[in-house]
Amino acid sequence: MSSNSFAYNEQSGGGEATELGQEATSTISPSGAFGLFSSDLKKNEDLKQMLESNKDSAKLDAMKRIVGMIAKGKNASELFPAVVKNVASKNIEIKKLVYVYLVRYAEEQQDLALLSISTFQRALKDPNQLIRASALRVLSSIRVPIIVPIMMLAIKEASADLSPYVRKNAAHAIQKLYSLDPEQKEMLIEVIEKLLKDKSTLVAGSVVMAFEEVCPDRIDLIHKNYRKLCNLLVDVEEWGQVVIIHMLTRYARTQFVSPWKEDDGLEDNEKNFYESDDEQKEKTDHKKKPYTMDPDHRLLIRNTKPLLQSRNAAVVMAVAQLYWHISPKSEVGIISKSLVRLLRSNREVQYIVLQNIATMSIQRKGMFEPYLKSFYVRSTDPTMIKTLKLEILTNLANEANISTLLREFQTYVKSQDKQFAAATIQTIGRCATNISEVTDTCLNGLVCLLSNRDEIVVAESVVVIKKLLQMQPVQHGEIIKHMAKLLDSITVPVARASILWLIGENCERVPKIAPDVLRKMAKSFTSEDDLVKLQILNLGAKLYLTNSKQTKLLTQYILNLGKYDQNYDIRDRTRFIRQLIVPNEKSGALSKYAKKIFLAQKPAPLLESPFKDRDHFQLGTLSHTLNTKATGYLELSNWPEVAPDPSVRNVEVIELAKEWTPAGKAKKENSAKKFYSESEEEEDSSDSSSDSESESESASGEQEEEGDSSEDSSEDTSSEHRSDSESASEVGDKRTAKKNSKSKGKSYSEDGEKENEKSKTSDSSSTDSSSEEESSSDSESVSESESEPESRKVAKENEKKKTKQDRNPLTKDVSLLDLDDFNPVSTPVALPTPALSPSLIADLEGLNLSTCSSVISVSTPVFVPVKTHVLLHRMSGRGLAAHYFFPRQPCIFGDKMVSVQITLNNTTDQKIENIHIGEKKLPMGMQMHVFNPIESLEPEGSITVSMGIDFCDSTQTASFQLCTKDDCFSVNIQPPVGELLLPVAMSEKDFKKEQGMLTGMNETSTVIIAAPQNFTPSVILQKVVNVANVGVVPSGQDNIHRFAAKTVHSGSLMLVTVELKEGSTAQLIINTERTVIGSVLLRELKPVLSQG
Amino acid sequence: MIHSLFLINSSGDIFLEKHWKSVVSRSVCDYFFEAQERATEAENVPPVIPTPHHYLLSVYRHKIFFVAVIQTEVPPLFVIEFLHRVVDTFQDYFGVCSEPVIKDNVVVVYEVLEEMLDNGFPLATESNILKELIKPPTILRTVVNTITGSTNVGDQLPTGQLSVVPWRRTGVKYTNNEAYFDVIEEIDAIIDKSGSTITAEIQGVIDACVKLTGMPDLTLSFMNPRLLDDVSFHPCVRFKRWESERILSFIPPDGNFRLLSYHVSAQNLVAIPVYVKHSISFRDSSSLGRFEITVGPKQTMGKTIEGVIVTSQMPKGVLNMSLTPSQGTHTFDPVTKMLSWDVGKINPQKLPSLKGTMSLQAGASKPDENPTINLQFKIQQLAISGLKVNRLDMYGEKYKPFKGIKYMTKAGKFQVRT
Repeated sequence: MSSNSFAYNEQSGGGEATELGQEATSTISPSGAFGLFSSDLKKNEDLKQMLESNKDSAKLDAMKRIVGMIAKGKNASELFPAVVKNVASKNIEIKKLVYVYLVRYAEEQQDLALLSISTFQRALKDPNQLIRASALRVLSSIRVPIIVPIMMLAIKEASADLSPYVRKNAAHAIQKLYSLDPEQKEMLIEVIEKLLKDKSTLVAGSVVMAFEEVCPDRIDLIHKNYRKLCNLLVDVEEWGQVVIIHMLTRYARTQFVSPWKEDDGLEDNEKNFYESDDEQKEKTDHKKKPYTMDPDHRLLIRNTKPLLQSRNAAVVMAVAQLYWHISPKSEVGIISKSLVRLLRSNREVQYIVLQNIATMSIQRKGMFEPYLKSFYVRSTDPTMIKTLKLEILTNLANEANISTLLREFQTYVKSQDKQFAAATIQTIGRCATNISEVTDTCLNGLVCLLSNRDEIVVAESVVVIKKLLQMQPVQHGEIIKHMAKLLDSITVPVARASILWLIGENCERVPKIAPDVLRKMAKSFTSEDDLVKLQILNLGAKLYLTNSKQTKLLTQYILNLGKYDQNYDIRDRTRFIRQLIVPNEKSGALSKYAKKIFLAQKPAPLLESPFKDRDHFQLGTLSHTLNTKATGYLELSNWPEVAPDPSVRNVEVIELAKEWTPAGKAKKENSAKKFYSESEEEEDSSDSSSDSESESESASGEQEEEGDSSEDSSEDTSSEHRSDSESASEVGDKRTAKKNSKSKGKSYSEDGEKENEKSKTSDSSSTDSSSEEESSSDSESVSESESEPESRKVAKENEKKKTKQDRNPLTKDVSLLDLDDFNPVSTPVALPTPALSPSLIADLEGLNLSTCSSVISVSTPVFVPVKTHVLLHRMSGRGLAAHYFFPRQPCIFGDKMVSVQITLNNTTDQKIENIHIGEKKLPMGMQMHVFNPIESLEPEGSITVSMGIDFCDSTQTASFQLCTKDDCFSVNIQPPVGELLLPVAMSEKDFKKEQGMLTGMNETSTVIIAAPQNFTPSVILQKVVNVANVGVVPSGQDNIHRFAAKTVHSGSLMLVTVELKEGSTAQLIINTERTVIGSVLLRELKPVLSQG
Repeated sequence: MIHSLFLINSSGDIFLEKHWKSVVSRSVCDYFFEAQERATEAENVPPVIPTPHHYLLSVYRHKIFFVAVIQTEVPPLFVIEFLHRVVDTFQDYFGVCSEPVIKDNVVVVYEVLEEMLDNGFPLATESNILKELIKPPTILRTVVNTITGSTNVGDQLPTGQLSVVPWRRTGVKYTNNEAYFDVIEEIDAIIDKSGSTITAEIQGVIDACVKLTGMPDLTLSFMNPRLLDDVSFHPCVRFKRWESERILSFIPPDGNFRLLSYHVSAQNLVAIPVYVKHSISFRDSSSLGRFEITVGPKQTMGKTIEGVIVTSQMPKGVLNMSLTPSQGTHTFDPVTKMLSWDVGKINPQKLPSLKGTMSLQAGASKPDENPTINLQFKIQQLAISGLKVNRLDMYGEKYKPFKGIKYMTKAGKFQVRT
């Protein structure tokens, strides 16, 4: 192999290209190559000497010259032995250049290349991640099949490396190994699968690229990572974004049902299929509206939107094609502005973007109509851009803008660029056929052009007029006459042929002119172009049939000329026509129909855009640009008729929910951790400010609640992730509640062991599960437990966001992390600045989301009741009204507190000033975190604040005074027992285990009697979660429903079981250490469950 | 993705090649040369050329074709955008990107290309990271290198690549901390024969030159952010903050970068700051044509118009022109038929004009279209859209930086049809 390629190199000097033999028409002549080679020989001798010297500078010089040779495409392969010796050089630059050389020539000198391998193997173990990465990079770039096993091993090891940068390089190496040895596919897929789970933004792009290259059909690998990829997308580097978006587009087309039905007004059968689809869904999922977009589908569309603002044209285009292919038709419009923006870019970018716009504008004119003027042609545009713009203008033309456009076209026709002028004429023809109102105007305009001085213009006009007239069998005798006259002057064959054809077709309409034209043509027959000759023959035949008296002899003359023509095509035609039209004894049955054959009604040609139907290629792809399938093009599948089971994403999502919910929190936790730990003294001030901050957050959070409309919700970057992840987890949770939550249980079960010993769960369980994540280092898990309170706070904040009812007028968009930004003075410690800025934190989080793993077994609430309780009636509060409710989220002020939200309303017509909490009368042990004083509340204004109260797991009342500037009102908050709980996620097995330990004294039970319709799973679920903040435990039996929670203060488990018995009875069992609360809860649940 | 890269000069020589996977013979470029021949002008060479086994994607900049060879389906913009990024990087490194410069610095070019792509997939494209990996050559450094024998390759490892702000390198230090922002707006317009505007829009950019120590966190706010209709950001800008507050908040890269490019919403009428009076006439049967243009200010908000250059591609029939300008200099290239008139400043009291005759090819018919006039001009201290920066604040560092904001309006693609 090596000798073979070596020989080749001697000859071409350009490098070996055995597989490219067909293309290799050597650019350098053999003699030249030989001369080059011989001179190289001498030069190489001194290079060798330099390389063998012991001075670095000489070596470096030699290497630089060698690289120069490589760059010029000269052969330097014979220096291999001399170069490879330096692979272990201490000098970084020499080393790098040796790498360059090695990668270029290793393939040709396999045996010698092996000498270098051990150096890289050693470097792979280097403590420095960058050295490890670069070693892997070079090692995997050496295309020597013998080292495949070594590469495989290195990749496997690197994919488990702690450094995301090394893992990124491992992802690149996968592709290299695959192209070197496709047999490794299965093993590589395993590595890809592993790396896909990686949570680092550095890795995401590269691994998806590897996925696309190695196993693009293994869509099943994506399921579990889908939501993660969607959420990470914004933070991935731009090139990775492009790859991921393209992959997700394909994914979405296989996994979701079409969102296009309403807009399209599809046919009935398709409607039916949607309905049936819905029915199916209803079986599994209890409440589903006719068509609701899969939340995952929405997630993708929402998360890609900001990328339209990217400076990278490829990213913008990728998002545009994503919207085009998978978003509801009504939302596609937003991409047009960004695409038009790209038109300001370089001509190459313009070219591609215009092509895509052309395809889009055929289907959806409306999208680009407002930007019509952006497609006006400038005289400085290159021709290819001009024609594309013209194409788009044609597609956009309609009754309303055609007159403006035609005026614009008039300028173009006069352009000095004749190719462009010709294209414009074609365009006018297309407009004329598409818009019937202007057909006549266009026709007249084109006729005017017939007197143009430029031949190309005239010829093109003739051709277009011919097409137009053919489409309109109305009388256009005048135009035909005019064109007949043109025959004297015009020389372009196509145009002449077109005119002749036209006259022939309409010979009965111009009975006087037609024979005369034939006469003239007969005269010049021999000197005409073949194309014209054929048409002369046709014209003769047609006239012979309609007007044989005048033209019989002429036609025969022409037929005789044709008989001896040099072109066999013409001779053929002549023979055929003669047999067909000239009656003789041998003529068959066909001659009777000659007239019908020649003068049949011919279908008008369709003037169509060359971009029509191009959209069966995915937009933005190479195949679309070329309009042929490129190698390796992956078809975009049609929407599935029935959505594949969405739970494939779920399964993991529940894990994700576990991972993600904390992920959101953990990020803040991270920040909060740094923030607090490093500036402890300002704890107070930050606390108070976090108050106000949480209000503002709640406003945006509330938008989140409203669902789809929240896409645009204005949040800071830092809050973005959290909200996304939150919604993801929310979804996950709902699903858990409804069905199929095995994996939730599974993942929980790992923690279960610990819970046996102690019922206090969440805090300790983190280390266990986080150890699964390679990337979460020890220090992190330690800090996690330290920062538990903070995380809780943050969690509470999330909760508030979700449940808040009143819109806060001041949407000051400040996140917790921004505090530093706003009080730069208050951070005297010279922090490593990244800690300061919110986006950095976001970035940090993006880089490493695994810090959180499944820290908190507390899950998000299944349901948050909107019921509010009156704290202060407006009558007794002199116009100040206050309501409170429980948002059911971990409290941000302390992990033993229940978060309470208070909405204050001013019903007076005056400002209420200085609203604050006065004297507190709290029972023993009870604690309360008050809200910050409100300076003033405008008339009719309302404001929502949050507080935390530690009720010590009792239903005792918290009494305190709510004061304004002038008055003080005593108010109480008495918590419903159900609000003293936090939901817990656990598996059935763990539930049973725990339940087994909480028997006897710790168990209370009662029997409920109610109508059977109240005992459907959904009703029970709804009723229970309405009363108490519990989590759902997946149940293997249909007749047993289990719920788990823990008390907020002590963290004791609270296990609720509803066991359906025969005869519309059910047993309600509660197991808990806190028997008092247990029995209270039992008392509260009983009437609710038995109610009709 | 990207297999190989060939650099081809305008005379069709391949002067640099780089391969990231197996070597592709340079004979693949023959297909490119074919296409180049078919296209009359360099800029008409199609950016995407299919060949039997490869696809050639090219960009043409600084009179050099950058031809990437790819083998499988890939978004074409991905490659094109990357190639442009390569050119930008070269420009950043060497000041200019031309054939001799690339040839002189072939080692640095090679090293940079090696870092930019791994197996054809972009690895490090941020010039900050690249500069940490491979230091750009300067005269001083070359001298020092030859004396001390040190190298251009950075001996530190590129921590930036691992950083959460990949666009900024760590440990930046300046004695003078300064941040300059240039708001540059360009007017793209087509004016028709009669002087009425056919289409006009304003595109703007904010280019920044930030030399600040440490990790500053900047916020920039506008007086009238509503003007900005469509924006695209440098990756450092926090998008959500913009969405919610219309404030640009970012940790800047070190040195020069484009912070923002924007489009001013179409609803706003664009003030056209200049007008062109023209009378160009060809007569049939006469070998002489008259030519006269006058440029004057209009809606300039009291600012002077500078750097006015008028260019026009004359029809082929024009053999020569004899013109006299009232100010500035003019040239006419009889081969390319390009007329160029460097006007300079416009003095409203004495409007610059260019008058004279054209000699036409005898016997040829008169051209059917009058030439289009392209206009370039600059107006200092004015953003024609009225955009104004409100304030610039810095957080995260304690020193007081020197801040400066400059406005400028330029002609973009400004054409007058005659």
